[in-house]
Amino acid sequence: MSAAVSDTSRNGLWDRFSIGQKRVIWAWTFLALPIVFYGAIRFYPTFQAFWLSFTNWDLLRPAQFIGVQNYVTLVNDPQFWQVFRNTFAYLIIGTPISLVLSFLIAYYLDRVRFMHGFIRALYFLPFLTTAAAMAWVWRWFYQPPPIGVINGFLGSVGLPAQPFLRSLEQGLPSIMVTAIWAGLGFQIIIFMAGLRAIPSTYYEAARIDGLGEWAILRKITLPLLKPTTVFLVVFSSIGFLRIFDQVYNMTTNDPGGPLNSTKPLVLMIYQTAFSSFNMGYAAAQTVVLFTILLIVSLLQLWVLRTR
Amino acid sequence: MTATVPSTEFKFNTSSIRPGRIIAWTVLFIGGVIMITPLLFMFSTSLKSAGQVYDLRLIPAAPSFDNYVKVLSDGRFMRWFFNSTFVAVAVTLSNVFFDSLVGYTLAKFQFRGRYFIFLAILSTLMIPTEMLVIPWYLMSAQLGWIDSYWGIMFPGMMTAFGTFLMKQFFETVPDDFLEAARVDGLNEFTIWWKVAMPLVTPALSALAIFTFLGNWTAFFWPLIVTNSRDLYTLPVGLSSFAVEQSIQWEMIMTGAAIATIPTLLVFLVLQRYIVRGVMLAGLKG
Repeated sequence: MSAAVSDTSRNGLWDRFSIGQKRVIWAWTFLALPIVFYGAIRFYPTFQAFWLSFTNWDLLRPAQFIGVQNYVTLVNDPQFWQVFRNTFAYLIIGTPISLVLSFLIAYYLDRVRFMHGFIRALYFLPFLTTAAAMAWVWRWFYQPPPIGVINGFLGSVGLPAQPFLRSLEQGLPSIMVTAIWAGLGFQIIIFMAGLRAIPSTYYEAARIDGLGEWAILRKITLPLLKPTTVFLVVFSSIGFLRIFDQVYNMTTNDPGGPLNSTKPLVLMIYQTAFSSFNMGYAAAQTVVLFTILLIVSLLQLWVLRTR
Repeated sequence: MTATVPSTEFKFNTSSIRPGRIIAWTVLFIGGVIMITPLLFMFSTSLKSAGQVYDLRLIPAAPSFDNYVKVLSDGRFMRWFFNSTFVAVAVTLSNVFFDSLVGYTLAKFQFRGRYFIFLAILSTLMIPTEMLVIPWYLMSAQLGWIDSYWGIMFPGMMTAFGTFLMKQFFETVPDDFLEAARVDGLNEFTIWWKVAMPLVTPALSALAIFTFLGNWTAFFWPLIVTNSRDLYTLPVGLSSFAVEQSIQWEMIMTGAAIATIPTLLVFLVLQRYIVRGVMLAGLKG
């Protein structure tokens, strides 16, 4: 590990350092490779992405600086605004639904003693599956009759068949259900951890004071659970803003279709960069994604500060 | 304070069974069954022949492993399974080593620039992968990393999340332990590896579980960086396989089952550790 000193005077030189200096040398030795990594694989590519967003690079010719042209094109691209709306639809509908569901499940599951581990496992299992694989299972579920499981069920109880992924209105919600399903187990476990971290003395005191279930939930549980909730809101928001695996796999014959009605920003980035090889334009789209995610993260900090 | 999640002690001493409880339990149970319905149908259909796919009964009339034999026979899935495992294990080992080394250094060493390094690493959490894939792709093209294991692995070899997690845990290790080791004449690397690391094994296992699962299921970057079928990871391979099978749902379900079974089996063995790991990381992270 002492690559800094290699010749025969090793002991002499090394011993001249004080204990404090030696520790500083150790520290920087430990950090040397990680600093190279973060510099080359995180920071340099970040600046490069910003720079590329101001070029017309297309893999064939060298990148040329074209100012904000990509951003102007983006703002005037109707597909972008469609994709922008879709992305926020995933976020604004998906996050509240998955949070309310996971809280309710965690709240009641936390009190269940009978077969607790088994029921918890039922909810947690989907978290351990591969999104790409399960997207195909859900895609099969949504197929028209007589193939699709959901339409088979609807038919058996006398309800009309639904088009699901083939319709402009139902496509996005259908994919969103898959994404909510995939993330629910994780959120439930985190909520349960948060619930258990609340000291039971608070509950006992509230009971002695004669507070009912509802009052305890509103006055003790929810306020004390705020850090957990904020964490999950941000985690889940970022997840929905970056949705890709499910959409890509559930709409492979017409990615993001029908008529771009399910296409999120990351899928647009993927197509611009790796189907059209319009790297500069795609870089501009990633900068937009970065900005949106940054705003969401800063909102989290702001919410936690004003507590 | 070691961060152990409070155990399942009784919060309420009501042991009497009330009707509300029974209703809540039943609703929870039904919800749980709905949650695993996609998994049940996936396994059920993977055991059906092409003619039985339209029969939506959960228990196959004549279950057989023929689909598995067919899907596994050409060796593609074996190869993808190996690729995914190799990549996920290598990235996990790298993260366990480097994230904890950096976390330890930032938690236990005093030196100028420590706070700056910490903030710099933490700030990379703000940068989404999607923004970096284009530069990474360019870098991989120039250095010949496209279509290689290293190309799939390099972006994840260290993570800010893991470093932050490990720093949090190393801060709970008492300095006395490390001082005692120093008096014994151990060098700093040995102190970290032999003294400090064993004290944070719960955090290490949480980090390992997260990293492994994240890389095992990763789709976006492996899809971009691999072109040849031999280097696909399991999710990318499955996706291409499913497109190729078109409407042969029993084959697609078999592929999906093959991609899902390994993590589910691991889960059954390690359920307690995984749940605890997720809780730990969630509380600290």
